[in-house]
Amino acid sequence: MHHVVLEHWSRGSSPLHRRDPRAKFGALLVFLVVLATAHRSLPLLSVALMALLAGVLVWGRIPLLGALARATVVLPFTLVFAGVCWAAGDPARGLALLLKSYLSALAVLTVVSTTPLPLLLRGLETAGVPRFLLMVAQFLYRYLFVISEEAQHMRVAARSRGGATRDLATQPARFRAAAGALAVLFARSYARAGGIHRAMLARGFLGHFRALGSLDFRGSDAAFLVTASLAPILVRAVIERMA
Amino acid sequence: MPPLIEVRDLRFRYEDGTQALKGVNFRLDPGESVALLGPNGSGKTTFVMHLNGLLSGEGSIQVCGMTVESRNLPAIRRKIGLVFQDAESQLFMPTVLEDVAFGPLNLGISQQQAVDHATTALETVGMAAAASRAPYHLSAGEKRKVAIAGILAMDPEILVLDEPTTSLDPPAQRSLAELLASLPQAKILVTHDIPFVQSLCKRAAFFQDGIIAAEGFVEEIVSRFGWGLGLERSKSRI
Repeated sequence: MHHVVLEHWSRGSSPLHRRDPRAKFGALLVFLVVLATAHRSLPLLSVALMALLAGVLVWGRIPLLGALARATVVLPFTLVFAGVCWAAGDPARGLALLLKSYLSALAVLTVVSTTPLPLLLRGLETAGVPRFLLMVAQFLYRYLFVISEEAQHMRVAARSRGGATRDLATQPARFRAAAGALAVLFARSYARAGGIHRAMLARGFLGHFRALGSLDFRGSDAAFLVTASLAPILVRAVIERMA
Repeated sequence: MPPLIEVRDLRFRYEDGTQALKGVNFRLDPGESVALLGPNGSGKTTFVMHLNGLLSGEGSIQVCGMTVESRNLPAIRRKIGLVFQDAESQLFMPTVLEDVAFGPLNLGISQQQAVDHATTALETVGMAAAASRAPYHLSAGEKRKVAIAGILAMDPEILVLDEPTTSLDPPAQRSLAELLASLPQAKILVTHDIPFVQSLCKRAAFFQDGIIAAEGFVEEIVSRFGWGLGLERSKSRI
């Protein structure tokens, strides 16, 4: 199944996987701030930061092309706003929007794909994120998989009965069928999610996720945090000085 | 000896108006294994979901001397292990070990104790070697065993299994029957699988239209309702 890829990556055994999630969050935060506040020489800076992230992904033994492809998931959203900027006569702003959103997504993906979800959530909890918000995140994560699984089952069922997913725009009947299938998908996913919730309650779930594994912030995590935070700052300083 | 479960006049109506249970009376004694038989939609699954408070209807339910009500639910869910028909719904953690440890951790025990409970339960069902695997990579029979391990890890006094043989091949069904026969807990089996029931239970309750229409020895109930008619006998009647 496609959805297990990230889960599979997060269970790796690289030095990056072994870092405390809080160290990764800190480095991610610095990276995002450096990126968000950059204005000068943005295309060159983007290439440099992309190379930096690529190096981190390789260090974390994450398939580089797969990660680069998955980070494009944000582009459909930002393309709309980039298009608006372009139409308004400000293509530079549109390009900056695209570059920053893609690199941000890639940075988040780097952390998520090297940290198992239970540890990720525990790290956020110890960092002060409200427990209720984390519970919502956990359910959202799980139920997205539920919807994905149901969609795949329905797709197989439709194909086995001669249904096709191509050329929907040119075939109104098929488009209507797909729209109906979407409604059924959500109804089925809702029922399935209810089943999962009941199974959790039956095993004593009282609203707080407890998971195996503990957090231990060591010297190597501190060293990683300092190094990984300084790297994008230095890259930006060098490139802005060159410009 | 007091019963493990005593249900009196249980009634339940779903939000859509369907009256699923119309006055069910039931009793389970320590060490007993009882099969719940009956047609689809007769109220069997609705009934078992009342036993640990997942659904709440009118009437009285006592489990291990405790009334099924919100303040007792944590203790009752420790006593009753419910294995759902869809094992996929029960397996939601990233690895088998973490999934099996989910219940023990909810009981408030330490991580090491939870791992010990989970490891023992996995050994009991013969799935210790799969501890680090992702649940969605397991076969249907393996998923069922891991789901049972997730319940056993909570050390319940009663096991409730809803359609446990669904989607299992015959060897997996035999393996499951042997496993269940080796477990000391009292059991309630919701199933249509008569050979499976015959290998594990002496007593059966037959659900029909929201009530228990008859109770008695498995052979007697199966014979009375023609529930043991195999395909061959059915064909000969056509």
